[in-house]
Amino acid sequence: MTAAEKPAIPAAQSRRFGFETRMLHAGHIPDAAVGARAVPIYQTTSFVFDDTEMAAQLFELRQYGNIYTRIGNPTTAVFEERVASLEGATGAVATSSGMAAQLVALMTLLSPGDEIVASSHLYGGTVTQFTHTFKKLSIGVRFVDPTRLGNWEQAITPATRALFGETIGNPRGSILDLAPLAGLADSKSIPLIVDNTFATPYLCRPIEHGATIVIHSATKFIGGHGNSIGGVIAESGRFDYSAFPTIAGPSASYHGLRFFETFGHYGYLMKARAETVRDTGACLSPMNAFLLLQGLETLSLRMDRHTANALTVAEFLRDHPAVAWVSYAGLPDHPDHGLAKKYLGGRPGAVFSFGLKAEGGDARAAGRRFIESLQLFSHLANVGDARSLVIHPASTTHQQLSDTELEAAGVGAELVRLSIGLETADDLLWDLDQALGAPS
Amino acid sequence: MIDAGLTPEERRRFQDIAVIRRILAESRTIGVVGLSGERQRASHFVATYLQRAGYRVIPVNPGWDMILGETTYPDLASVPVPLDLVVVFRRGQETLGVAEQAIAAGVPRIWFQLRIPARDAAERAAAAGLEVVMDKCIKIEHGRFGGTLAWAGMNTGIVSAKKALPTPRSR
Repeated sequence: MTAAEKPAIPAAQSRRFGFETRMLHAGHIPDAAVGARAVPIYQTTSFVFDDTEMAAQLFELRQYGNIYTRIGNPTTAVFEERVASLEGATGAVATSSGMAAQLVALMTLLSPGDEIVASSHLYGGTVTQFTHTFKKLSIGVRFVDPTRLGNWEQAITPATRALFGETIGNPRGSILDLAPLAGLADSKSIPLIVDNTFATPYLCRPIEHGATIVIHSATKFIGGHGNSIGGVIAESGRFDYSAFPTIAGPSASYHGLRFFETFGHYGYLMKARAETVRDTGACLSPMNAFLLLQGLETLSLRMDRHTANALTVAEFLRDHPAVAWVSYAGLPDHPDHGLAKKYLGGRPGAVFSFGLKAEGGDARAAGRRFIESLQLFSHLANVGDARSLVIHPASTTHQQLSDTELEAAGVGAELVRLSIGLETADDLLWDLDQALGAPS
Repeated sequence: MIDAGLTPEERRRFQDIAVIRRILAESRTIGVVGLSGERQRASHFVATYLQRAGYRVIPVNPGWDMILGETTYPDLASVPVPLDLVVVFRRGQETLGVAEQAIAAGVPRIWFQLRIPARDAAERAAAAGLEVVMDKCIKIEHGRFGGTLAWAGMNTGIVSAKKALPTPRSR
């Protein structure tokens, strides 16, 4: 090659485009060859090299390019850049699931003997991963009640390498007070990792409040249609890893390459992709990346509708005689309503729980009767579908626990979790009303 | 340190997209001051990338005779070919001296790499009429506007519904 390549991107502009524009465009420019307007699905395992020298340089991470879909794929890359753009991140790495996103985000930071401090208001699957699987990796986890900053501070030790919480806790619906927690993390030179699954970047962008790493189960509202499992890790590009051993130190699998020195603000993500995803195999498939992109293109429209329907349903349940309590931070009497206004514009997602009045004293039986009477809510173990979903933890996911153990887990026998979809709101109220009134 | 902490006014002056794109499109021969001969250093990565992208790289480093197959010179005054651009991988306090050398050698453009504080050097070069970029990585910017950085899942900040232009490699 004798001449330098001309820039391949047509327009040079410095305009900051709006969120909705970036939902549709960020990460994808119609390619020079065919100009396909939709994002092409590169359903291929591998990519032919230009020549042997280019192949060697790709493997050494000296060039941007495609090698093998386990490490990167052009369709998946559109999804990654789009999420990064919407979260205000410097970049992103997609994973096979939300659980994989957590594992990869943390494994990239941690070595055996390290610790993390995590909120106790987390998805049960996350608690299990942290408690049992991380134990096998000699990673210590300290769970804290996230509502008091002092709890976090007291749990931090010299071995602490990350703080972890959910923007909207699952299933309690509590809201994480991001800004002071990010300030604490910053003062200790520890990255704050926030799971933003229930909020989506449309309702809350944790990086704007000081978080370093944002992860998602893209399976939920990002995909939005209940058809694909996927996850993603976005990073702010603002954290100084120069004293962080795993990111700044020499990499044994890249001939002593120091990711932070060589890649700077891309160092963490480059390491997450080129080491952790490469070695765990937790990659997203291009087909799922395409389906998740289809979801992102309507994210704002869906979240407007999800949250409007959720508030309507929450208000209806609050006033219903067969309901003991409703825990939705969008309601003014919820203890976290102020935080919901501060971080989520008063719209804390569309997943929340409520309690059934157990007239005869048997809350588990009342829960089963309620679930079986519903006609429109789908009884399944997921959230963030376009359709409305319901689950009664005491008779399903937590059925092996005693009533006492359920209470300790914050999941009472009377608790029902809803994920409110996009249906006609009156139809959802009709279904809940008829199921709540079902004879015993 | 993540970057050199430029003010919005400094970013407007020293990170202008039109200037970056013109430098990438019009430069052919690039002097890289502080290019290391050690394979795993950032400067070596960047110079390898630039060579592959079709630029001629002239290494400037008094500690080496030959890097990446090119004769290496101790300073810019010793470089026997005209340079279109100087890329600087030196500590902040050494950048003013490099700028003076570039001005004396008649190089029209100078680029101070990411995370190098080079305010005085940038001002000096700009006052002498050079085009200046500061606190940016030339590899990242080439990848951004060449369409390849996006493959790494990074946020290029580019939004466009226009069809991409063919590159020499894709023709």
